[in-house]
Amino acid sequence: MKEALLYDQLDPTFKYQVMKEPGGEKLSLCYACDTCTLSCPVRVYEESYQPRTIIRLLLLGAKEEVLSDPMIWLCASCFQCQERCPQGVGVTDLMNAIKNIACREGFLPKSMKMQIELLYKHGRLLEIGDFENKKRDKQQLPSIKEQPEEIQRIIELSGASQYLPQESE
Amino acid sequence: MKKASLFVGCTVPVRGTNYEQSFREVAKRLQIDLTDLSGFSCCGFPTHSIHRITALALSARNLALSSQSSLLSMITLCNACTENMTHTNHVIQHDPDARNEINRILSQIHLSYQGEVKVKHAMRYLYEDIGITAIQASVKKPLSSLRIAAYPGCHYTKPSDLYDHFDSPENPHTLQDLVRATGASAIPYHSSCCGGGTLGAKEDTALLMASQTLKSMKENGVDAIVVICPFCDVMFEQNQKKIEKLTGEEYNLPILYYPQLLGLAMNIEREKLGLSINRIKLDKVLAKIQPIQPENKE
Repeated sequence: MKEALLYDQLDPTFKYQVMKEPGGEKLSLCYACDTCTLSCPVRVYEESYQPRTIIRLLLLGAKEEVLSDPMIWLCASCFQCQERCPQGVGVTDLMNAIKNIACREGFLPKSMKMQIELLYKHGRLLEIGDFENKKRDKQQLPSIKEQPEEIQRIIELSGASQYLPQESE
Repeated sequence: MKKASLFVGCTVPVRGTNYEQSFREVAKRLQIDLTDLSGFSCCGFPTHSIHRITALALSARNLALSSQSSLLSMITLCNACTENMTHTNHVIQHDPDARNEINRILSQIHLSYQGEVKVKHAMRYLYEDIGITAIQASVKKPLSSLRIAAYPGCHYTKPSDLYDHFDSPENPHTLQDLVRATGASAIPYHSSCCGGGTLGAKEDTALLMASQTLKSMKENGVDAIVVICPFCDVMFEQNQKKIEKLTGEEYNLPILYYPQLLGLAMNIEREKLGLSINRIKLDKVLAKIQPIQPENKE
């Protein structure tokens, strides 16, 4: 069982931080009806993954609790909760806002770190080299050349290079 | 002839070449003039949950390249690319601060973008810009013996407000209509998210998510599943054996990308549809399709 939340350890300003983050603007519209959790396909197999609980924790100010929880990364981004929310909270967008904040606060998961490293290296998520292009040629598909330079520029200019390993910076 | 840029993304050109090849083949026959732009890169979707502005700028870059080549219509093959690019258009059109920030970044690589390129998933393009009647007319060999589970995937219809509500997020019908246009039956089943978005975070959970839908498709006696997103394919096809192991159930459900199904109905040579790339054997499906008649009544 999880330890109880203690009020003196909560950060009541956290909800304002979330509401300033793009995607989190409509957080305060939630009236806790639970439509998000009941619509969630992840929750069918992960009982402890409950979008409504995450929203309640945000409103209470359980900052560390939410941002450090690996659970937030289970969201499949299927948008089912967002479509069905009667208050238009934009729950999937809110989840992305939370994840963006979590990254800035030092809770970037390894699997996500790897993705940004791949993008930086290849300009794409999956490498395309001679081997892949030979296969493509057999299927009469045009050859693709990796051109990561502009992607690297964008990652640097947007500020996401903070998530790359030190040596590439 | 309709003109559009073809945005293949990251996954399709490596792991979904059967999808890409078959789409190019059917597009030719439907008079769609596709242009490949060599500068196209990742759509940015993988960075959306990590760093929003990066995701927006990466997709805006691709959109700007299309615009620069006077291609104001872009066709995407992957649901995630479609969602991220469409989202970027929406942000650029409605949020001046984000638009300025994105263009500040783009200006450093000598590009700018104001939201002028219309992005459509290839199947939405077939449905809206080509139309069911023209697709039916292109069918030479109706696949009337096939029972198909049409699986559009989440980001094909959702978020529905980003997609001008072109299809219902609760009861999507456009892919079913496209399947029916080939003469095949679109069989109802209970549909849920394929789990692709959860795969990186927790594999078993993702596999179980996919199992729910596979189970329902199996119970409803389909011959094959038709998908239109490489991530749905990763879950239903490339992970089907793993899912069977995990659940102890046997599905043995072949997967076809929609353009492969349409290509069969158009009587395109099978080697041009990349059918040998499909991992789950298609023998039973292909055996159900009438052999090609040598005499053509046309």
